Amino acid sequence: MNGASGWQILLWVALPYLALGVFVVGHVWRWRYDQFGWTSRSTQLQERRLLKWGSPVFHYGTFAAIGGHVIGVLIPESWTRAIGIPEDVYRWFSAGAGTLAAAAIIVGVVILAGRRLLVPRVRATTSPVDYVALILLLVIIVTGIVPTLFVNLLGHGYDYRVSVAPWFRGLFSGSPSVTAIATAPVVYQVHAACAWLIWAVWPFSRLVHAWSAPLWYLWRPYIVYRRRVAARPAEPGTSGRRWRRIGVPY
Amino acid sequence: MRVMAQVAMVMNLDKCIGCHTCSVTCKQTWTNRPGTEYVYFNNVETKPGTGYPRRYSDQEQWKGGWTLDRKGRLQLKSGSRLKRLLSIFYNPDLPSIDDYGDPWTYDYQTLIQAPPGTLTPSAHSVSALTGRDMKVTWGSNWDDDLAGGPDHTAADPDLAGLGDHVKLAYEQAFMFYLPRICEHCLNPSCVASCPSGAMYKREEDGIVLVDQDRCRGWRFCVSGCPYKKVYFNHRTGKAEKCTLCFPRIEAGQPTICSETCVGRLRYLGLVLYDADKVLSAAATPDERDLYRAQLSVLLDPGDPEVAAEAARQGIPADWLEAARRSPAYALIARHRVALPFHPEYRTLPMVWYIPPLSPVADTVAAATPDGRAPEDQVFAAIEALRIPAEYLASLFTAGDPAPVRRVLRTLTAVRTLMRAGQLGLDVPDGLAESAGATEADLEDLYRLLAVAKYDERYVIPPAHAEDAGRLAAQHEQLFCSQPGGVDSFHPPGGRQRFRDDDGRLHLDLSPRSGS
Ligand code: SF4
Ligand code: SF4
Repeated sequence: MNGASGWQILLWVALPYLALGVFVVGHVWRWRYDQFGWTSRSTQLQERRLLKWGSPVFHYGTFAAIGGHVIGVLIPESWTRAIGIPEDVYRWFSAGAGTLAAAAIIVGVVILAGRRLLVPRVRATTSPVDYVALILLLVIIVTGIVPTLFVNLLGHGYDYRVSVAPWFRGLFSGSPSVTAIATAPVVYQVHAACAWLIWAVWPFSRLVHAWSAPLWYLWRPYIVYRRRVAARPAEPGTSGRRWRRIGVPY
Repeated sequence: MRVMAQVAMVMNLDKCIGCHTCSVTCKQTWTNRPGTEYVYFNNVETKPGTGYPRRYSDQEQWKGGWTLDRKGRLQLKSGSRLKRLLSIFYNPDLPSIDDYGDPWTYDYQTLIQAPPGTLTPSAHSVSALTGRDMKVTWGSNWDDDLAGGPDHTAADPDLAGLGDHVKLAYEQAFMFYLPRICEHCLNPSCVASCPSGAMYKREEDGIVLVDQDRCRGWRFCVSGCPYKKVYFNHRTGKAEKCTLCFPRIEAGQPTICSETCVGRLRYLGLVLYDADKVLSAAATPDERDLYRAQLSVLLDPGDPEVAAEAARQGIPADWLEAARRSPAYALIARHRVALPFHPEYRTLPMVWYIPPLSPVADTVAAATPDGRAPEDQVFAAIEALRIPAEYLASLFTAGDPAPVRRVLRTLTAVRTLMRAGQLGLDVPDGLAESAGATEADLEDLYRLLAVAKYDERYVIPPAHAEDAGRLAAQHEQLFCSQPGGVDSFHPPGGRQRFRDDDGRLHLDLSPRSGS
């Protein structure tokens, strides 16, 4: 961390760890405290025509983007080289697939955000934390797509795998290289900072529904039977408020 | 044989006056809060009519319930599990709030706060979803009592294919009321559709519930239920449904809709069924055999073999006794006058209906002796009833009019028998036999349908709290606070478990004598 200013350390070391901490503690707390509020908060009942296109396109685009990040940021450059993928093939693949995912996300998020802001029935269900999450998502998406499109696809290319990625992986090995990220272009910096922020907002927003993806449904028996069980008394320390809702504007 | 108990309901449609008291008391009890304005766990529809939500019974549109795939295997009508997971971001079969009707209230404040003046202030309709002014264009019971005439009524999916049988012209029109709650099906497609596994059927009494803490708002239960009796709470983002008033049932009390029913037309009681047979019954190839298949799943609680097996599998003795006295079992299986609602959805619904004996269309002809044998005259009237048997059949027997005609004949026979008794007329020869019953049967049926008092209409054994309360921790605490510890309650070699009067097994909690 030699030569890093206090600000840089705050932004590129403290923020990530803080966000991670809030992410973990927040989820434990929400899981134990607010199962009742843990939902996707679907608004399909209120509005279906825009959702029909916006929601699937956005979600599937996001899956593609997450997959891309796993490949691009978590897998070191040396590995892909070792299995014999040349740099420009990698770049073209990343730019091509990235652009496709980006296009899907952009279309999806424009429809969804427009719907959320402009359709009164949907807007009425939106809580402040939803707006925070939505704005962060928008910033992340825009700053994620601009470099993919204008730098990697059309421009001269920028190898984030020698600056952003090592810093990111360094966070997990305990020695993040602050100077690497601090010298990266601003779009990457904003993208990374907002991405960390959204981890901190995650447990308090409807984003938690992502962890409930019901894959188990594919294997479980169709009909679920349960025996009657005695209601458990409230957990000590929660003052019995198991039904308090979070992320609901009412 | 896997014996399970189910709380079943029977409604006698002849007696429903369409007063909506049941809907009101149900709403006051369960859904009188924001987010559930449009939710009716109990609703009463005029038939013929489109129902609530609009045209819910058209499964070609909504894809609720089960169907058979090409190989004859049972499959959810909405497709495979994978297909549902892939369409989790947009459920193509979900009704929108406009199919129910945008819930509204009125802006009463303007009535109170309007400045003094010449114009009488009026309260605007305000949407409960947005708080904005709105124009009311549809809602529950929009077509109540055939309001809107053929325009709305003709949209009833259950009228499809009946063609000329049904006259919607005013002079020949017919209608009756159909109160509906969740069917607490033996093969619930809502449970099967729920990706989170939040919905379940209770083992003890068959009540189908949504676990509010586990529901993640994926909405497939709403589209999966062919009766549209799961609703989406638009404020909490969770599914809610009729609970069969389980806290009351557990206490041995009838549901609130039954308790307050003005016509006293609801019956609640246990039926025992063989859980091993449910799937094959639901997979019966011909839709028209589903009513019979559903009957064949039920077990006769009077059969000693069944009783022995039930006891062996842990059904308490007082529950068995309740099953023997069950008015639901009597009406469904012994007298076979109650029919399932839309059995073709293959969910094996457990709210049964006694079809209505409507006024005779051609009263003059029916009352004129025409030289036929008396019992023929009685039953000729059935063909002349205003409500066509074919229409009832499309509701209750997947289109097979034979069981409907048989039920109507039985009901007519009961009336004829009692009328003869009261007026001192001769009972037509072979009256009971022609309805496939004995006179004692008919009298029993009369008792059940006409004079049964509260405790004959509702035979509900209270839940066994000790089942639910296997509170090991509490027991241990109790034991340990005793001088002799746990051992003092379990004398070595002594009687540790015993069966009490109601046939339940209990732990012997009495302290060892002399310790
Ligand atoms: S009627 Fe009730 S139990 Fe049957 S599928 Fe619908 S919600 Fe489920
Ligand atoms: S309270 Fe009884 S009579 Fe009145 S509508 Fe309901 S079921 Fe019919």
